Amino acid sequence: MSDVQTLVKGLVKSYGRQETSLMPILQGVIKVERSISESAMIEIARELEISTAKVFGMASFYSFLDTKPRGKYVIRICKTITCAMKGKNQILLALEDSLKIKVGETTHDKHFTLLETNCLGWCHKAPAMLINEEVYTELTPEKVRQIIEEYKKNEVVD
Amino acid sequence: MGTKHLRRMDLIFTRDDDYKNLVKDILSRKNEDIINEMMESGLKGRGGAGFPTGLKWKLTSEKPEATKYIICNADEGEPGTFKDREILTQVPYKVLTGMAACAKVIGAKEGFIYLRGEYHFLVDLLSKAIDEFHQICKVNSFDFNVYIFLGSGAYICGEESALMESMEGKRGEPRNKPPFPTDLGYLNKPTVVNNVETLAHAFTILKLGAKDFHDLGVQDSHGSKLFSVSGDTPIPGIYELELGMSVQDFADDFGDGDCKAVQVGGASGFLVPRKRFKETSIGYQGKLKGISLPTGGSMMLFNSSRSMYNVLSNYLDFFQEESCGQCTPCRVGCQQLVKGIEQVKRGEKPAAYLDVLLKLTDTMKVTAKCGLGQSVANSFQSIVENFKEEMIY
Repeated sequence: MSDVQTLVKGLVKSYGRQETSLMPILQGVIKVERSISESAMIEIARELEISTAKVFGMASFYSFLDTKPRGKYVIRICKTITCAMKGKNQILLALEDSLKIKVGETTHDKHFTLLETNCLGWCHKAPAMLINEEVYTELTPEKVRQIIEEYKKNEVVD
Repeated sequence: MGTKHLRRMDLIFTRDDDYKNLVKDILSRKNEDIINEMMESGLKGRGGAGFPTGLKWKLTSEKPEATKYIICNADEGEPGTFKDREILTQVPYKVLTGMAACAKVIGAKEGFIYLRGEYHFLVDLLSKAIDEFHQICKVNSFDFNVYIFLGSGAYICGEESALMESMEGKRGEPRNKPPFPTDLGYLNKPTVVNNVETLAHAFTILKLGAKDFHDLGVQDSHGSKLFSVSGDTPIPGIYELELGMSVQDFADDFGDGDCKAVQVGGASGFLVPRKRFKETSIGYQGKLKGISLPTGGSMMLFNSSRSMYNVLSNYLDFFQEESCGQCTPCRVGCQQLVKGIEQVKRGEKPAAYLDVLLKLTDTMKVTAKCGLGQSVANSFQSIVENFKEEMIY
């Protein structure tokens, strides 16, 4: 059995086979793999006895259920109005520069993916971003460079 | 600037260490009594739509089905809104108590908090509050369990029928209405969907009584409301204010002295230009005079350094991405609006093309399936009509 099959089976065991479990199962795959591969979708469909089209329909609808390969750390920077007004583009440039990638890309070492997202709900502390589930607010170009350095350092230690 | 015309309230975030007794008290009250209290308070849904909460509970309580649900809508996704997260962080037990009151009245054994994926970090804290709450329910022999359901980054799931679709393991595509959730909701059972803040207000009402709440605000817009204040303001944050305030007073209190416009109700709300500050008030319909705008509490201020073209363009990008794509007016309408204002700005289309786009938003208003597509017209029309020159030059 492949890793992803084992993962899906484990998730199905804890959430159950009913369709209301589809979202938590997909989220569980994301948590470990950072994206939902074709083989994961096929396995989920088989376990829940639903069509693969249905699983794909679900995964492709939600912006946090990535179907493209992502890095270990997915950075989502808010691009909605208040963050845009408070310097989001400067933050993005700093991120692109420290990671040496553009929005939508993943670093060669597969550690970081850089994405934009819609309103994160931190407009009073704009600009804001998420790294996986972690929230970072009141960002400045210097601050994000530091944050990325910290992550890189921890990666080396790991 | 820096004035204090508006009374700042503190009902929601006041700690209440005595809430266990309130739960006990609520569970010993008659259902009709609780419903009447809620109806008399005049509380309307604080997510923005403004449906009377007591009536929603009453309608659902009258359904004969054995299984019913209460869902707390914490899919706070409207740009400029962040109050629900603070409620769930600071006073989660108030929301849970509101849910329990509703569950008792309608006869639900299960409740859900639909928490947006962006607030994943709240899960641990919230789970702890829920565990504690389950103990209180147990002590009072009340059979009621609350579960967290985590969203995955879709604005449309804040629409109640899309939210339930999502919980059922489907794409977040809004359903036709009617039937309303009070008839056929989650898993086709009668369901109450209430906003986080609405449930927290229910706590206040059941604690203090309907009258204290009803006395706040103005005609048809009773009570206080949390406002999420952001943009060009020296004091961004969350404020509890009485309903019925004028935008002028708001801008005086919260603006930076150079306030050009206020966006009321987020991207799906209305832009109020400075010349309309005095005549515009915040509340539900049934106003005394002037314009009255309902809101989920998002208040974004713009000063004169901001280009309204950029603001509108940002909103339209947002809607284009967040449209579920199910109905043509919204899917294609949003795409055409994004493209259209760009073409006018670049001079590829004449200025009169804006009138064509305005007509398009009129069509979207009447033909789109849900509130998302219907409300694109709100910001589009209020921005284009008031700042036409900024769209063109």
